[in-house]
Amino acid sequence: MSSARTAAVQPVAPHLDASGWPASPVGTPALAAARLVLLRDLTLAFRRRGELIQPLAFFAIVTTLFPLAVSPELSRLREIAPGVLWVAALLAALLALEFLFRDDAHDGTLEQYSLSGQSLAWLLLAKTAAHWLLTGMPLSLIAPLAAEALGVSGTGLAGVVASVAVGTVALSLIGSISAALTLGIRRSGVLLSLLTLPLSLPVLIFGARATELAIRGLPFTAPLELLAALAVLGITLAPLAAAAAVRISLE
Amino acid sequence: MSHALEAENLQLWRGERQVLRGVGFSLAGGECLQVRGANGAGKTTLLRAACGLLYPEAGRILWDGTDVRADPAAYHARLIYIGHEPPLKPDLSALENLRFWIGVRQPVERSVMQAALERVGADRWSTRAVRTLSAGQRRRVALAALALLAVPLWLLDEPTTNLDAEGQQLVGNLIEEQLVRGGLVVAAGHHELPVSAARVRRLELPLE
Amino acid sequence: MSWTWFHRLASPPYIYGLAARLTPWFGWAAALLILCGLYGGLVLAPPDYQQGNDFRILYVHAPSAWMSLMVYTTMAVAAAVGLIWRMKVAHAAAASCAAIGASFTFAALVTGSLWGARMWGTWWEWDPRLTSELILLFLYLGYMGLRGAIEDIQRADRASGLLAVVGVVNVPIIHYSVVWWNSLHQAPSVMRFGKPAMPPAMLLPLLIMLAGFTLLFAALLLVRLRGEILNRERTASWIRAAVQA
Repeated sequence: MSSARTAAVQPVAPHLDASGWPASPVGTPALAAARLVLLRDLTLAFRRRGELIQPLAFFAIVTTLFPLAVSPELSRLREIAPGVLWVAALLAALLALEFLFRDDAHDGTLEQYSLSGQSLAWLLLAKTAAHWLLTGMPLSLIAPLAAEALGVSGTGLAGVVASVAVGTVALSLIGSISAALTLGIRRSGVLLSLLTLPLSLPVLIFGARATELAIRGLPFTAPLELLAALAVLGITLAPLAAAAAVRISLE
Repeated sequence: MSHALEAENLQLWRGERQVLRGVGFSLAGGECLQVRGANGAGKTTLLRAACGLLYPEAGRILWDGTDVRADPAAYHARLIYIGHEPPLKPDLSALENLRFWIGVRQPVERSVMQAALERVGADRWSTRAVRTLSAGQRRRVALAALALLAVPLWLLDEPTTNLDAEGQQLVGNLIEEQLVRGGLVVAAGHHELPVSAARVRRLELPLE
Repeated sequence: MSWTWFHRLASPPYIYGLAARLTPWFGWAAALLILCGLYGGLVLAPPDYQQGNDFRILYVHAPSAWMSLMVYTTMAVAAAVGLIWRMKVAHAAAASCAAIGASFTFAALVTGSLWGARMWGTWWEWDPRLTSELILLFLYLGYMGLRGAIEDIQRADRASGLLAVVGVVNVPIIHYSVVWWNSLHQAPSVMRFGKPAMPPAMLLPLLIMLAGFTLLFAALLLVRLRGEILNRERTASWIRAAVQA
């Protein structure tokens, strides 16, 4: 049997089973596979560098709406700054969610992931991590700038970054579930938001509270810990639900 | 001892239409199953059911005698499925696509990928973005994956689409080599595959 | 083995027939209990020492709120059964629950708002109970929206079923966070009663209403379920015989 290998290419074949085929189920270890998925998504995003700025621009625009709609007085803006920051971040994250799985579902990549022998939930977690690095993390870095623009002084800006960073992690994870559920639905933007918002209200509540306390210079560990607990819960459970939803969309 | 793929009495509905009515087949190592039928007869459905992507209302798929639902991950690790459209990202090059597609399953080195692309005649455009390639060129890149991954079961949907005569012969050669190794191939399509008749079994899907 | 009852429950014709037979029982029992409960609550129960007669709206508000949550849980359980055992009837049951649950939620919101209007003079208060009910309404709307957006019934069942399961896990988390949020700002709640625990004369009609609403849900569910089964199985052969019977 093994003498009949006529292919010019010898594929990588560590151990062979009785029929002469590689016996180990999947050659690539899970961590390396996740790294590849992450790397791929980041590479693809940087191929279209112009699009990376969009969630951030949207965040900036939404933040600008409030002074225009409410009042230019910094004292008034300072009061509503945490809420404004969080609503803007939430909306920007929602917009970016549409593209988490869209392209991969369309060109068959998700299908290949589900047939790869690797844990689909694990691969989707890697995709969600890439998504956060491209949206949530930049948002948390420019949130202090927006806070300053809304009259918040220098102290506590580290707290702003921390709370928005952890909150957007949880948002990306929750959003991955609704993004997976709405795959293949035409014009699903509003439905995606309708599904994600109620589920992300706890994140909004704890996150806005943490940001508010940070801005006022008060200790904000309590809400931040609750936020972190949500993020951890999300990391463990959300990819499983998202994987189930992806499989449903492939049926 | 070779591998074997069996389908028993598959019944599958898509929406309100019954697409597969009691379809069954038995395939052993070294054999190629050619699935034919008119458009809409259920060729793609049968392939996807054989992968485990679709869940039949009745009947089952057996790999080496065990139901594939018992351990889907292990079953998936033994197969590769290439659908109508090759799963390539337009913004990545052929090399990058292969690296991310196959690398998730088996470690691949650049030299090995380059050799695979050479084998299918796609090495000249291996570093161009896939969106600049024609449909036939993309199909060849997908075929390189077959040369790259060592799995016993191939499930191919219309493998010769968009290929010129030389490309179709290439598909035939790749399949022949897989069969000689003791592998199994299930191919759906209209075109007759250029594979020696002795190894080919046929399955005709009726329409309605 | 006793799994036969489980598999019989999975059969659409069996459920169709069973639902037809059970509906009148549930329906009449519900009507009776609700009438008794209303009489007990609106007429017999003594006025609350703090709120006077205004509290009587509780007899519709509390059962509605309770049912809104119970129906969501039922929906999620039915969806889970449908997902795990791939049972069409379970999915049909989950689909049937949605509009009923949304209606209970809406009723709870309206009665809560009316109550608030009597107590506080405003039609809306962001107290934890009302806010949680509002979010629950959004969850129902999301479920129905997802269902409606997917054309293939099987896929719609499975996707919305998964959403219901994810939702039911989130409901306690959402409720806790809303209570936490509300406690930060010390806003008073509409739903508090006079300090002594509720006397039996007040409590009993409430329990009767609760039982009545539960039976009402059961009756409505069975009616809608028959309709769902009829719609899904309309091409099947047993339908013609069943409809003519």
